[in-house]
Amino acid sequence: MATNPMKIRATNKDGVTEVKVLVSHEMETGQRKDASGAIVPAWFITELTAKHNDRLVLAGELGTAVSKNPYLAFRFKGGAKGDKISVSWKDNKGESRTDEAAIA
Amino acid sequence: MNKQRRNVLKTCSGAALMSLLAAAGIIAPGIALAEWNKAAFDAKSMADTLKALGAGTPADSKDVQVTGPDIAENGAVVPVGVSSTLPNVTMVAILIEKNPNALAASFTLPEGTEANVQTRVKMGQTSNVYALVKSDGKFFMATKEIKVTLGGCGG
Amino acid sequence: MIQALMRMLFGSIVAGACIGSVAAQDSKVADELAKYREALADGNPADLLEVKGEALWAEKRGPRNASLEQCDLGLGPGKLEGAYAQLPRYFADTRKVMDVESRLVYCMVTLQGFKQDEVTRQWFSKPGKESDIEALVTFIGAKSNGKPINVPAAHPEEQRMAKIGEYIFYRRSGPQDFSCAICHGQDGKRIRLQELGNLTTREGAGTAMKTWPSYRVSQGAVWTMQRRLIDCMRQARWPEPDYLADSIIALETFLQKTATGTVMETPGIKR
Repeated sequence: MATNPMKIRATNKDGVTEVKVLVSHEMETGQRKDASGAIVPAWFITELTAKHNDRLVLAGELGTAVSKNPYLAFRFKGGAKGDKISVSWKDNKGESRTDEAAIA
Repeated sequence: MNKQRRNVLKTCSGAALMSLLAAAGIIAPGIALAEWNKAAFDAKSMADTLKALGAGTPADSKDVQVTGPDIAENGAVVPVGVSSTLPNVTMVAILIEKNPNALAASFTLPEGTEANVQTRVKMGQTSNVYALVKSDGKFFMATKEIKVTLGGCGG
Repeated sequence: MIQALMRMLFGSIVAGACIGSVAAQDSKVADELAKYREALADGNPADLLEVKGEALWAEKRGPRNASLEQCDLGLGPGKLEGAYAQLPRYFADTRKVMDVESRLVYCMVTLQGFKQDEVTRQWFSKPGKESDIEALVTFIGAKSNGKPINVPAAHPEEQRMAKIGEYIFYRRSGPQDFSCAICHGQDGKRIRLQELGNLTTREGAGTAMKTWPSYRVSQGAVWTMQRRLIDCMRQARWPEPDYLADSIIALETFLQKTATGTVMETPGIKR
């Protein structure tokens, strides 16, 4: 199944970069039943990392309780306009994706 | 555990093995080598989750905050976050007491990343939400009750 | 007699006290709900769908290997800015009043060569099954963000559809003898915690119409206006109209006409 792009916004103000990420993912809990009564298997992002250029700025481990189309916001010291922010995720089915954005 | 993990991250960032694995599509680029903490995410109770996270019995702290509204209009999407003014915070986590598995998410914060992470979680029902923080190697916690309401039919 | 009077008086005092405390609690609840909604507004997952819709719009697809870039949504081929805010409208080429979804499907059929039942089969998404229509409508809707709704229904056909829409709005029907107007015809009504808009006023209809398409957090999906209205009918225990049914387009015409002048804020995000 093809993955959809993330939406990454990164802004620097007074030496602190704020990153907001929206990820397109089902985040299926594994507890929901479909119309026929069968359990829909869990399908969710397990790991998500963010880098500023090549430096790791966040490493998240997620569970099924994170909402569908996960949202994440965090802040780190440093970063300058035009610097690269890249975000990667990996899910429990082995699917993964990386997207990039420039700090505004 | 976190110190170890950060060391792993440091030694491995830019390592040839990592990029090889990434190129082969075996791991996503930038994904930390540390294993997803299955024991912590599979744990049901708060106590078992804290144990699996190696957090023992964290002390309550006024310098830790659960951010989020008192009431959520829908349990499927509840904006919550952790923030703290404690020094050297290397990890933050969000736990929801009455969910089937208490741990919602945990974040390793490299040096320079602020102890302020916001996300959105599912809540099966009204529950205490806990913010867990590791500062200078010690665990601290704060709690807030978030009510989940049943909405009407419209939107 | 006196007892009855006492009971009546006593009862009304108790009821009065209850209303007072409920009102005080209500304002706190309203504040917290406003906080909740505000927290969701920044980072609307509908934005992800908008990006997807933009790509789908430009992608050459279907048996004719064509994009939708020549699709005329009422302002001329490919003119998208503000088009959503001026729909439904009469189209001379089909001699019908069409809403954004019926027009989009028309374009997918005529320009791209898809079969109508093929493209409408997945007219809304289900977990793990995405809907192209949802993405495209989100994208088209966003191109009217900040534009005033403008459906004067001046053309006789548009006028007729607005009239039919108005009739449907007030018509009581179904096993519960419901009409749209029962829930949405007066100010200050609510169901559980949800305030119900009075869709008979410009302000009420405007508040309802300006935010669609909207991401419904309870559904984890963007809902189009067709889906919203078809589901309203289901909830009123009416038979569900087919997708793109004239009755839905008529209701949309009535509501957009009433909302005319309201500035669009889309994609929205809702409970």
